Amino acid sequence: MIGSAFPGNSDLTEIARNVRINIIRSVHHAKGGHLGGPFSAVELLVSLYFHELRIDPQNPSWEERDRFILSKGHSAIGLYAVMAERGFFPKEELMTFDAIDSRLQGHPDMTKTPGIDMSSGSLGQGLSAGIGIALGARMLGKDCRTYVMIGDGEAQEGQIWEAAFIASRYKLDNLVAILDNNKVQQFGWQYPMPLPPIDHPAQKFEAFGWNVIEINGHDFKEILDAFAAAKKVKGKPTIIIANTIKGKGISFAEGKYQWHARVPNDEELAQALVELEKAG
Amino acid sequence: MEKVLAQRDVFGETLVELAHQDPRIVCLDGDLSTSTRADLMFEAYPERFLQMGIAEQNMFGVAAGIATMGFIPFISTFAVFAAKRALDQIRIVIAQPGLNVKFIGAYSGILTGKTGKTHQAMEDLTVFRAMPNVVSIAPIDGVEVRAAMRAMVAYNGPVYLRLTRDPMPIIMAENYEFKIGKAIVLREGHDISLIGTGEQTQRCLEAAKLLAEEGVQAYVLHVPTLKPLDNEAIVKAASATGLVVTAEDHSILGGLGGAVAEVLGEEYPVRMKRVGVKDTFGESAPNGPLLEKYGLTPRHIVEAAHTLLNYRKS
Ligand SMILES: Cc1ncc(C[n+]2csc(CCOP(=O)(O)OP(=O)(O)O)c2C)c(N)n1
Repeated sequence: MIGSAFPGNSDLTEIARNVRINIIRSVHHAKGGHLGGPFSAVELLVSLYFHELRIDPQNPSWEERDRFILSKGHSAIGLYAVMAERGFFPKEELMTFDAIDSRLQGHPDMTKTPGIDMSSGSLGQGLSAGIGIALGARMLGKDCRTYVMIGDGEAQEGQIWEAAFIASRYKLDNLVAILDNNKVQQFGWQYPMPLPPIDHPAQKFEAFGWNVIEINGHDFKEILDAFAAAKKVKGKPTIIIANTIKGKGISFAEGKYQWHARVPNDEELAQALVELEKAG
Repeated sequence: MEKVLAQRDVFGETLVELAHQDPRIVCLDGDLSTSTRADLMFEAYPERFLQMGIAEQNMFGVAAGIATMGFIPFISTFAVFAAKRALDQIRIVIAQPGLNVKFIGAYSGILTGKTGKTHQAMEDLTVFRAMPNVVSIAPIDGVEVRAAMRAMVAYNGPVYLRLTRDPMPIIMAENYEFKIGKAIVLREGHDISLIGTGEQTQRCLEAAKLLAEEGVQAYVLHVPTLKPLDNEAIVKAASATGLVVTAEDHSILGGLGGAVAEVLGEEYPVRMKRVGVKDTFGESAPNGPLLEKYGLTPRHIVEAAHTLLNYRKS
């Protein structure tokens, strides 16, 4: 459970619940999109948008804002649900997800959605773009910070490790990567036994010269503490390895690769909503 | 009820059939087998299904190596990733040495299950047409997928197979024999020629029906192999009617439309129009609205035909 000592935790919990409800409703309505990956990232995204990021929903292209890149772009509906909750666009617009002419595309599109700092959807590319933003901010003398969320399956892409090298070579302490370590990809290794997408991510990033913080990615206090700790580290980029559960909050989807991109039927939606309403 | 099949399902089933007959066949998956249906191969032959993870460049390199050991690797990924994410790997270690690697482009074209512009493959044919040594095939239906896959295995060299996601009617007869590099006449007519590739040839046949209702008889040529191209059949189609419409679920730049324009420009200039995706990226939406907005319906083919027929009249 979330520690009550931290101010605002109960609000964040409530927001996270609404976000999950809106994600599954939107996916059900659109008959498309992903479920497992958005659900594992909810507490991380809520913490970013309601606590950590210096942003102004009324002025999404504010020059001094912190930047966020959802490199695991297939979880776009999770990001949209959080951004709607934060006031970037009306919540009703979530029902246009994946419809023709919508501002809410299947994968984040910086040309369409206010507040999206980088387009994504082809895995492995967001961290590099984040490095570019962080380097640019440093060269301009701006104090804004850049956050990039990657998936553990996504971390199989070579480009992630090319980026990992460059970020530490340029000592980008204004860059924070967040690994949504939900231990499940789309299909992955199932034979002769199931294997997680990536082994020992902490050791790997440490070896590449990163400051590594490992947390429970569903615990708001741990998430916010990690962001605070990252700010104190100088001379290295930080990665927060957030241990999460794919499909978190829906009993029949948790930890199952089959729910990576499955659209719930009416009964499944109803059951999920009951569980989400009950959750603390 | 007419029979419908999804090309990807036929791909998965045929891969298993072929693997059963030929122990050299293995499958390399870029973590997309549950979409491409290569998961059927996983179920049938788990030890010949090699998960390469979400790392396409490495996967194509591995395919090149395993091909030199006498295996026939089939790569399971989306068209966008085959044609672009690992393109240098394909060029250097597959196309240049001419290695026996078969790679599919699943979820090709604009109909990619609402995933949007990042996942819509509009230029894969352009890319592979310009790549020496790579045979490129875009089947019209499930029957042709099966036939093409048999031909791919019989052929020694790199082959790109462009596949679609959603169920579509079956057009070809069960006993249809596919030949790499051969186009096929699906309808005779003397007023205008419709030349299609992939599933879009089905919409040419629909368009031909609509035109017939107006008394216009369309000649329909299906071009499943974009490379090597059947120049002779294309010239014959042009000379049969003197007007040509091309149709593809792909960019009009450099795909079938570009290929036909090149051939006819040099060998048999006639008036033509290209129906396909204009010079633009797509978006996420259900199939119907996408076909409508991006100009890919039978009606759009009919309209292109009208423009050419009016030109002839004037
Ligand atoms: C380059 C690339 N290859 C493949 C895909 C298809 N794809 C989308 S999501 C996914 C699995 C992602 O797994 P992970 O990064 O662990 O995300 P999560 O579990 O958080 O959803 C795959 C293979 C893609 N979008 N981009």
